[in-house]
Amino acid sequence: MKQAPLTQIGLNPQTAKDFPVAAKLLLEDAQLRKNVRHATDVIQAKRAQVVSEQTDWQQLREAGRAIREHTLEYLEFYLKQFEQNCQRAGGQVSWARDATEAAQIIVSLVQQESASEVIKIKTMTSEEIRLNEALETAGIRAYETDLAELIIQLGKDSPSHIVVPALHKNRQQVRDIFAREMHLPELGDKPQDLTEAARKFLREKFLRVKVGVSGANFLIADTGGVCIVESEGNGRMCLTLPETLIAVAGIDKVIPRFQDMEVFLQLLPRSATGERMNPYNSIWTGVHPGDGPKRFHIVLLDNARTEILEDAEARQTLYCIRCGACQNACPVYRQTGGHAYGSVYAGPIGAILTPQLQHMEHAQSLPYASSLCGACYEVCPVKINIPEVLIHLRGRIVRERQQGLSKLNPENIGMQAVASIFRSRRRFEAAQRLARIGQWPFLRHGEVIERLPGFLHGWTQVRDLKPVPQQSFRNWWQQREEQPSGKKDDAVSSEPS
Amino acid sequence: MRISLFIACYNDMLFPETGKAVVTVLERLGHTVEFSLEQTCCGQMHYNTGYQDEAVPLVRRFVEIFRNAEVICIPSSSCVAMVRDHYPKIAHKTGDVALAHEIDALLPRVFEFSELLVQKLGVEDVGAYFPHRVTYHASCHGLRNLQLGDTPLRLLRNVRGIDLVELENIEQCCGFGGTFAVKNADVSSAMLAEKVSAVLNTEAEVCTACDNSCLMHIWGALHRQRTSVHTTHLAEILASGGMDSTP
Repeated sequence: MKQAPLTQIGLNPQTAKDFPVAAKLLLEDAQLRKNVRHATDVIQAKRAQVVSEQTDWQQLREAGRAIREHTLEYLEFYLKQFEQNCQRAGGQVSWARDATEAAQIIVSLVQQESASEVIKIKTMTSEEIRLNEALETAGIRAYETDLAELIIQLGKDSPSHIVVPALHKNRQQVRDIFAREMHLPELGDKPQDLTEAARKFLREKFLRVKVGVSGANFLIADTGGVCIVESEGNGRMCLTLPETLIAVAGIDKVIPRFQDMEVFLQLLPRSATGERMNPYNSIWTGVHPGDGPKRFHIVLLDNARTEILEDAEARQTLYCIRCGACQNACPVYRQTGGHAYGSVYAGPIGAILTPQLQHMEHAQSLPYASSLCGACYEVCPVKINIPEVLIHLRGRIVRERQQGLSKLNPENIGMQAVASIFRSRRRFEAAQRLARIGQWPFLRHGEVIERLPGFLHGWTQVRDLKPVPQQSFRNWWQQREEQPSGKKDDAVSSEPS
Repeated sequence: MRISLFIACYNDMLFPETGKAVVTVLERLGHTVEFSLEQTCCGQMHYNTGYQDEAVPLVRRFVEIFRNAEVICIPSSSCVAMVRDHYPKIAHKTGDVALAHEIDALLPRVFEFSELLVQKLGVEDVGAYFPHRVTYHASCHGLRNLQLGDTPLRLLRNVRGIDLVELENIEQCCGFGGTFAVKNADVSSAMLAEKVSAVLNTEAEVCTACDNSCLMHIWGALHRQRTSVHTTHLAEILASGGMDSTP
């Protein structure tokens, strides 16, 4: 199978391509598309099943949204409360302004332990801050312990989904990676073979490595507790066996009360993996002598989140609980997979989050990577109106491109012209006449348009276009109004046209 | 009832038959149809592409034209969604309180064509005759923004002679998405390919919908692939047959 080159390069915002360019390359990878389609179909079917069992699902979504909305409204209060309670329980809290600072803090915490290796639970936030690279630069080896992240790490690949990072790989591909990297030429490709290989590979690391690195699903303000949900038990190992545990979490991950977990532990597993409950739900609060890690650090990451908070229309982006349901439901993501988005946050949530986290050129193409079909909004457990935020961000991009000389871009000139046409009946009718005449060079046999110039070529590469009819509706209406009263035209036959 | 038609700019220019069919059906049911020649576009294309400031005069224009309408009929789900879901926000952002009030007062009178028939006028059988194998494509705006559900299907099921077949994966977008189809032409094409194969699997002669925008997109590929499947707006099916209806 042809391997699209994109899956081999990291999700580096500096080098990522514009979405349409990256998407075009990935669309050529038939195996990847098949894998993505299969995996998202399976998860969606499971989700639909467990959501349908929950008779109060819509109320749960409302509750989830209300809690997130309230929390973000009073974010400063809840963050301080979390900090105090975490410290009271023996945790150390650090604050990081951006990705670089967060990575530096974690590197120096690992160095304080004189450790040269860490074990990691799957954390997309650590991908956001490019932690593994920073650790490597400092001579610290990171072992991913989540099965999917292990596949990604050993395959020198990048995550393509926030919950199922290796969803673009199938079993045979995973087998090949494991066989090569774990030196197991005889390895089979049955699920048992692969998990057994991973288990043997990881078990020894769990027992040896002294520092664990995790993310967080929720930071609980009223107890200072941190919650991680997972399916493999690797998380539980990383949270309990090391001497030192370092967690990194976006400041948006806080929720007010332990009691609120009731809502989120129903919403999250059902939306994320189609499970009623995650197999492993870990909540820990600070440190406890004789039980688990002796030292616990948490790094709270801003990285543009406070900027998002200030934008009233985009703020709901931060309600996200990272379930990935929008990715599975998105018809665009399902065609391209996650790498086309050039960011660890792919799919609809990535299309709104990434451009707000980083203002790189490729990120400006992401709010347009959607047909605004609304499937994402429909499945979102906290009711983020993603299409609404996409439109809002498109507006920001357009207004930026209307500054100075860049307002001379062809799209803006065209859109201004069309807007002016729509502001006047006279101009609108003139434009209709002009289109009827102007289409002649493109008409084939006077019946169909098969080729259009410029950016409209995108349409005719796989689609024909019907010509503009000689009589518009308004012409017909005017003609009809001019007729003497009585039986009016009803020019419709039973033959499909 | 006095029904004001907002035809939608692209229907006006590209799909006049749909407008004629809407007029036929509504008049056949005994209603008076009005059409203001001042109308142009609801502003959806500009708004959704990010040209939100440019959409504001079009919102004002719409309100001016239709403020005295008894009922407004729009044979395009996506334009209804624009008016219903976005006009209030746009008005709010302009800070023009009077405009916001006018829009609030206008919205309960705005209906998509099938919605008007079934939900407002209580009609499911318009006396149409259409002896063809037909499949219905649910547009995303109709399905999700308007929550049309089976409203259009209830109308279709009452058409005499029709052989209605279900489209598989009916909730999947056809990939049109306005400017998405040209800005992300390759992804859009891949989505369209799936929709077209679902349409072909039904062996329908006609694919119908409440939105000519999706149909224009689907037709584009059906025609390019030299298939014989037609696309026809729901209104045109309901206007077919010319049978006198007294529901």
